[in-house]
Amino acid sequence: MIRIHIGTRKGWFELTKTNNKWQISQFAFAGVPVSNTLAQNGSDTFYAALNHGHFGVKFHRSDDAGKNWQEISSPTYPKDANEENAPSLELGWCLEYANDSTDALWAGTIPGGLFYSGDKGENWQLNENLWYQDSRKNWFGGGYDKPGIHSICVHPNNSQHMTIGISCGGVWVSEDGGLNWKVQADGMRAEYMPPEQAYDPYIQDPHRLVQNQLNPNVLWAQHHNGIFVSKDGAKSWSEITTASPSHFGFAVVSHPKDENVAWFVPAIKDECRIPVDGKLVVMRTSDGGKTFTTLTQGLPQSHAYDLIYRHGLDIDNSGELLVMGSTTGNLWISENSGENWEMISNFLPPIYSVRFVK
Amino acid sequence: MPNIIFTSNLLRHVECPVHQVTGSTVYSALQEYFKIYPQAKSYILDDQDRLRKHMNVAINNELITDRKTLSDLVNSEDEIYILQALSGG
Repeated sequence: MIRIHIGTRKGWFELTKTNNKWQISQFAFAGVPVSNTLAQNGSDTFYAALNHGHFGVKFHRSDDAGKNWQEISSPTYPKDANEENAPSLELGWCLEYANDSTDALWAGTIPGGLFYSGDKGENWQLNENLWYQDSRKNWFGGGYDKPGIHSICVHPNNSQHMTIGISCGGVWVSEDGGLNWKVQADGMRAEYMPPEQAYDPYIQDPHRLVQNQLNPNVLWAQHHNGIFVSKDGAKSWSEITTASPSHFGFAVVSHPKDENVAWFVPAIKDECRIPVDGKLVVMRTSDGGKTFTTLTQGLPQSHAYDLIYRHGLDIDNSGELLVMGSTTGNLWISENSGENWEMISNFLPPIYSVRFVK
Repeated sequence: MPNIIFTSNLLRHVECPVHQVTGSTVYSALQEYFKIYPQAKSYILDDQDRLRKHMNVAINNELITDRKTLSDLVNSEDEIYILQALSGG
């Protein structure tokens, strides 16, 4: 059975395909924003990051495939009585498995925290080696008031090797499980900074970072300034300017079996953040970014104001099945690599994240 | 001993019944409460033990003034109300 977990402004949904029809099979946390989710095929352990707003961020886990949920520990920042603006957890932005076990997790948070749990989220430890980097004072918020970690790419063949994306703090790599970190955003460009700082790696705003699972040296980034690709494990990045109708967007996914294939969802940048000309499209490159195909079949081509957030697009292990959810609460699935899209629902709450259980 | 009374909006998320506590300040009264109902703490206070930005606390009919260290004084006959602000969320 194919499962898709959806985090929305008003709760958690599970979508499954039965009798050749996609339908909502489970719902939880009515009225509560769910920023992201995590689950693994073959395991009944599901995770959800909630943001109650008034009451703070809470993490929940289900041990019976979503039938029942219990609150687990949430990441906590170190106390600092001497600091007026000492940090407190504001968002659980992303969750990833730290290795092949479902027990070990990474969480990326706002403000700018990376946390590890070795026991299914019962306890969390701040990665202090990243948190206490001197350059962190140069990070800043993009969209949110404070910087945050939204992408954690654990190398498919070496769980000690991690690449993370920070808005706005660049791309960081650890090759020893988080003991040592180095910024690796060379080649990324930031038009929103003074010209002499445009290539400063510490202030780059990668909106979303994904790693190819077949060739992990290939990483794709949808950056605030455009699309970037690295073919040397994030040591250097190349800007791609051939995409149309826009280089701006948030989401990107990489084909699991072909490093040259990736999908993006464009929008008018900065001041608008709506589809170009009111037409929602997906862009796909099949040649490493040299050219792009604009995919429109099944997507609204007039008066569409959907924005696809950075976790609002996902791909399954086959590379053919994609899911996409929008700020307008629209949900689409493509079963042929984006050539055609089927509207699954157009009355969900605003969608923050969509995720195949794989 | 002062009573601590929580907004009903919180009851659907975490156990937080009305309860009598000891304590001469809002902070000490809450700490007493959280010894019995520990899971309620993070719903009221942030990681630095400050009152959450969009929460309010009233002693009888008066909102407290010290949201950072919760040093407002309470008397044994007082009622401490934990409220959800109309902002935020």
